[in-house]
Amino acid sequence: MRNLLKNRELLLGLIIVGMILGFSTRADNFASPGNLANIFNDTSILIILALGQMVVVLTKSIDLSVAANLAFTGMAVAMLDAAYPGLPLALLVVLAIGIGAMLGAINGLLVWILQIPPIVVTLGTLTIYRGMTFVLSGGAWVNAHQMQPDFLGIPRMLVLGLPILSWVAIVVVILVGFILTRTPFGRSTYAAGGNPVAAAYAGIDVGRARFLAFVLSGALAGLSGYLWVSRYAVAYVDIAIGFELDSVAANVIGGVSIAGGIGTVIGTVLGALFLGVIKNALPVIGISPFAQMAISGIVIVLAVVFNARAERRKGRIILRDRAPASEVSA
Amino acid sequence: MSIRKMEPREKRVIPDRLGTPLRRLLGSWEVLLFGVAVLIFIANSLASPYFLDAWNLSDATFNFTEKAMIAFAMALLIIAGEIDLSVAAIIALASTAMGYAVQMGVGTPGLVAIGLATGLACGAFNGFLVAVLRLPSIVVTIGTMSLFRGISYIVLGDQAFGKYPADFAYFGQGYVFWVFSFEFVLFLAVALVFGILLHRTNFGRHVYVIGNNPLAARFSGIPVERVKFILFLLTGLMSGIAAVCLTSRLGSTRPSIAQGWELEVVTMVVLGGVSILGGAGTIVGVVIAAFVMGLVTFGLGLLNVPGIVMSIFIGLLLIVTIALPIIARRVRDASKA
Repeated sequence: MRNLLKNRELLLGLIIVGMILGFSTRADNFASPGNLANIFNDTSILIILALGQMVVVLTKSIDLSVAANLAFTGMAVAMLDAAYPGLPLALLVVLAIGIGAMLGAINGLLVWILQIPPIVVTLGTLTIYRGMTFVLSGGAWVNAHQMQPDFLGIPRMLVLGLPILSWVAIVVVILVGFILTRTPFGRSTYAAGGNPVAAAYAGIDVGRARFLAFVLSGALAGLSGYLWVSRYAVAYVDIAIGFELDSVAANVIGGVSIAGGIGTVIGTVLGALFLGVIKNALPVIGISPFAQMAISGIVIVLAVVFNARAERRKGRIILRDRAPASEVSA
Repeated sequence: MSIRKMEPREKRVIPDRLGTPLRRLLGSWEVLLFGVAVLIFIANSLASPYFLDAWNLSDATFNFTEKAMIAFAMALLIIAGEIDLSVAAIIALASTAMGYAVQMGVGTPGLVAIGLATGLACGAFNGFLVAVLRLPSIVVTIGTMSLFRGISYIVLGDQAFGKYPADFAYFGQGYVFWVFSFEFVLFLAVALVFGILLHRTNFGRHVYVIGNNPLAARFSGIPVERVKFILFLLTGLMSGIAAVCLTSRLGSTRPSIAQGWELEVVTMVVLGGVSILGGAGTIVGVVIAAFVMGLVTFGLGLLNVPGIVMSIFIGLLLIVTIALPIIARRVRDASKA
C-alpha cells in the first residue's frame, strides 16, 4: 500500500514535470527557475488552504467554508490595518489565524457536538461567513492605498531568492507534515477517517479529531486570508469565491481519498502545483482563461476515477466483491 | 459496493429520527414547518404594507418555483443517499445551449427541446460516473459542476446571449389563469408527479430502501445502480426545465446564471425534513420548505435587505433546522435520564 501511494505521488510528479517540459516547448522561459519559482509563489495560498482541507478530509469530513473564511478574515485584517495603521503586522497575522481558527471551531463544534454532517454545516457556514463579510464591510472595498507598506510588502520580500509568501507555504507544508506523521492528533485523523468505529474502540475520540481538524483548517484559511489580501492588494466581499473547490480539487488530484483516512502531504502539494501549473500555462499556450474552470472540472473527474481505481485494489470483503455480480443478474 | 459505504455505519452513531419517539417528530415535521410558514406569512404582512397583494404574492412565487422543481428531484436523490451539486451548473450549460441555438435561428419548440436534452445529457453523465463507475457523488458533482459551468464560460466568456423569440417568454413570464403564472402551475404539477412517484410507486419505495440500506436493497433484488442512474437523469431533466423557465424569465444568458443555486436547492430539501444521510423525507415537506424560503426571501426583499445578507438567513435556516431536532432530542433524553 505504501508503495502504491509512493508510486502515485511519483507519477503525479512526473506528470507535472512532463507538463512543464511540454509547455516550455511553446514558451522558452516556462521551465526557467524564475518562472517555476513564480508558479510556486502563485500556488502558495492554494497549497496552504489545500493542506488544511486535507486534514479535514482525512477525518472523513469536508470543509466547504474555507474560501468564505478566507474572505472574512482577509477583510477583517485589511479593515483593521486601514483603520489603525499603527497595529504591528505580527499582531494582524496572529489575529487572522485566530479569527480563522474561531470560524473553523464553529464548524468543528457543529460537527462534533451536534453531529451534523460536515457538508451541510460548511455549506451553511459558507454562505453565512460570506454574508458576514458583506455586513462587516458594508460592501465597500479596502484598496491598496489604504493598506500599510509592511502589510503589503512583507510577503513579497525576497529571502534566499524566494518571496516570504513562498516560505510561509513551505513552513506550513513542513508543519502539517509534522503534525500528521509525528503527533497523536495527526495519527488520530487517519484513524478517524479510515475506520471511525475501530478508532472509537481504540480509544480515539473521533469527534474531537474532527473538531481539531476543522480548527486547523480554519486557522490556515485565516492565514491565507491575510496572504491573499496582501498579495492582490485589495479586499472585497467576493475574493476567492469558489476557491473552496480548488482546495478540494488539489486534494482529489493529490490522491487524498474523499472517504477519509488516505492521503499524504506531498500528494496534496503536488495536486495544488498541478492546478497551479495549468493555471499559469493557459495564457502561455494561448487558451482563453475562461477555459480554466472547465479544465479543473475535467481534472477533478479524472482524478476521482483514478483514485477510485487505486483504492479498489485494497483488500475487500468477499461478499462485497460478489455483490455487483448478483446485481447484474437482478 | 465500490463506494465505501461508511454512512450506514455512522447512521447508527447518529440516529436520524428512526426511533419511535422520533418518528412522531418526523410526522410532525411538516406540521411544524407549516406553522413556521404561517408565522412568516403573518410577520411579513405586518412588516410590509405591500406584502398582502395578490400580484405581489404571485411575484413572490418566482423566488422559489424554479429552485423547487429541482429540489423535488434532489429530494429523491438525497433520500437515496446521493447528492448532485452540479444542478446550477447544468442550468448554466442548458441556458447557454439554448442561447447558442437562438443565434442559429432555432424556434421556441426547438429551444425547449435543446434545454431539456442538455439537462438530460448532463444528468446522464453524472449518473454514469456515480452509478456505473461507482464514484462518490459529492466529489463527482463538484467536478462536473465546474466542468458544466466551465463549458458555459468557454462558449460565452464575458459575453451574453439574448434575443430569445417573443413566444419563448411565456415559460417564465406567462400566466395560465389570473395571478397564477405558468411557472407556479408547473411547480404544482411537478410536485404532484414527484409526490406520486415517491410515495405511491415501487420506484419510490426502492428509493427509500436504497437510502436506508443499499446492501439490503441489493440483496432484495432492487437494481440499485439503475435507480440511482434514473434519479440523476431526473435531476438533470428538472435542471433543464428550470433552465428553460429561468432563461425565459430573464430573457438572457450569462455564464454566471443561477450561481450558487445548488446550495439553496439543498437547503430547501433539508429544510423540508429530508434526512441528509438518506432514507427519510417527504415531498410535502419540500413543498412547504419551498414556500418558507420563498416567503423569507421575498419578505426580506420588501424590507430592502440585500441579497447577500439574505443568504446569511438561508445559511442559518439550514443549520438551525437541522440542529433544532437534535438539540430537542438531547434535552428530552437528558430529562429522561
